[in-house]
Amino acid sequence: MRIRILLFVWIAAFVWALGATAADAPKPATSPGVSTVAAEAAPNDLDSANRRIEGERRYRANCGRCHAAPQKFPPRMMATIVRHMRVRATITDEDMRSILYYMTQ
Amino acid sequence: MKRPGLYQLRRVFRSISPTYVRVSIVCLFALPLFAQTTDLERPVPVLTGNAGFITTQENGETTMVPQINPVLLLPLGDHWLVESRAEFEGEFERPAGATGFDGAFSKELDYLQADYIANPYLTVTVGRFLTPFGMYNERLYPIWIRDLQQVPLIFPIGTGSSDGLMLRGGFSLNSKVNLNYAGYFSTLSTIDKLDSDRNVGARFGFFLPGPRLEAGVSWQKSLQEDRKNSFGFHLAWQPPRVPLNIRSEYARSDDGSGYWIESAYRLSQVPLWNHVMRRTELVARMQQFFTGENTGTATSDDEYDLPGGDVQQPDFGVNYYLRDGLKISGSYGRWWGKKDWNTWEMGIAYRFVMPLGRAQ
Repeated sequence: MRIRILLFVWIAAFVWALGATAADAPKPATSPGVSTVAAEAAPNDLDSANRRIEGERRYRANCGRCHAAPQKFPPRMMATIVRHMRVRATITDEDMRSILYYMTQ
Repeated sequence: MKRPGLYQLRRVFRSISPTYVRVSIVCLFALPLFAQTTDLERPVPVLTGNAGFITTQENGETTMVPQINPVLLLPLGDHWLVESRAEFEGEFERPAGATGFDGAFSKELDYLQADYIANPYLTVTVGRFLTPFGMYNERLYPIWIRDLQQVPLIFPIGTGSSDGLMLRGGFSLNSKVNLNYAGYFSTLSTIDKLDSDRNVGARFGFFLPGPRLEAGVSWQKSLQEDRKNSFGFHLAWQPPRVPLNIRSEYARSDDGSGYWIESAYRLSQVPLWNHVMRRTELVARMQQFFTGENTGTATSDDEYDLPGGDVQQPDFGVNYYLRDGLKISGSYGRWWGKKDWNTWEMGIAYRFVMPLGRAQ
């Protein structure tokens, strides 16, 4: 009986750990910082296209206030640069995520 | 004598079947695999910044300014960012009638700050940061961003670097208006390269994403010596359908007051030679400075000083973007003050970005 309890606890702990790891992946949707990108992948192409359009709109509105359009960088670099610009240009959390999505697609 | 707890634990381990052991081992190794997936998307430290070479001819004097401004961005976890910018600049002058250049290199630490992104509405910054007054100091100062290489006449009012604590953030008031704010306290520091004044200040800005219009107000109160107040207003507008950038600032303190208004028009909509025109930008700026109660009385070793008298100066320039982050620029301006003179400027500015680690 104790073995089953131990096994149940172990499996429950493992499932919880998996859940916690999975919860870390889409963290940009809930975290004030910027840490992940691809986890925000859209469930379908239409949604993804809409998000790109929205991201581009926000990108032009926010980033274009100060400088010309830069090229896109790899996702891990882009996450750092957008976090920097969030602080420097006081971009909103929502704009930042949308811009990051657009710049990494 | 056997201890009951240890005995029972041995029985438990002996009774676990090899299958459970195998499953457990697989699970243990599986966790790092999931962690690696997320690790691929974590921000990586980045070294960026700009380098440039600016030549100015003003009132018969020629000045050459090579400079490099490295910016280090070090993200830590999901909430932290340590960032720093230094300035290495040479200034070599050849006075009118002289044959050779004379000058020296200087170095400055513009900012070295730790940012803690507490929540979507608040970022806490400690360390040395760019003073949030107006918009030029924080956002338009890098030479690869600024449309004209000469900083505005009123730039020294309320700006520079501060050592202390800052709270800032930006959020949507509704679907049409975003609010951004910054409030700070700076302590007096006379440490070389880390010098700052003791003051408090705040800035509020409203941004309308639809018409791409931003307006803001800044205030700073000095807590030392003359305890002066400084006020500022800024405005930026990028009409969505036209590649036009209009920016303006007004600043006022006991040291003087003034404004600048600048427009930059990208020729991308010109149908002729589009491959050239879309890289070309025309710039015009008008600015005026008016003396205040304390104009010319302050002793300063800052990099930038206010004019000693009333000045008005129009500037006209052209920027040509060779590629992303690389541009050449030229401008002409006319200084009208106690004396009048022409200002010619040519320069090249390059922005570099490189990861300090695996970027993919």
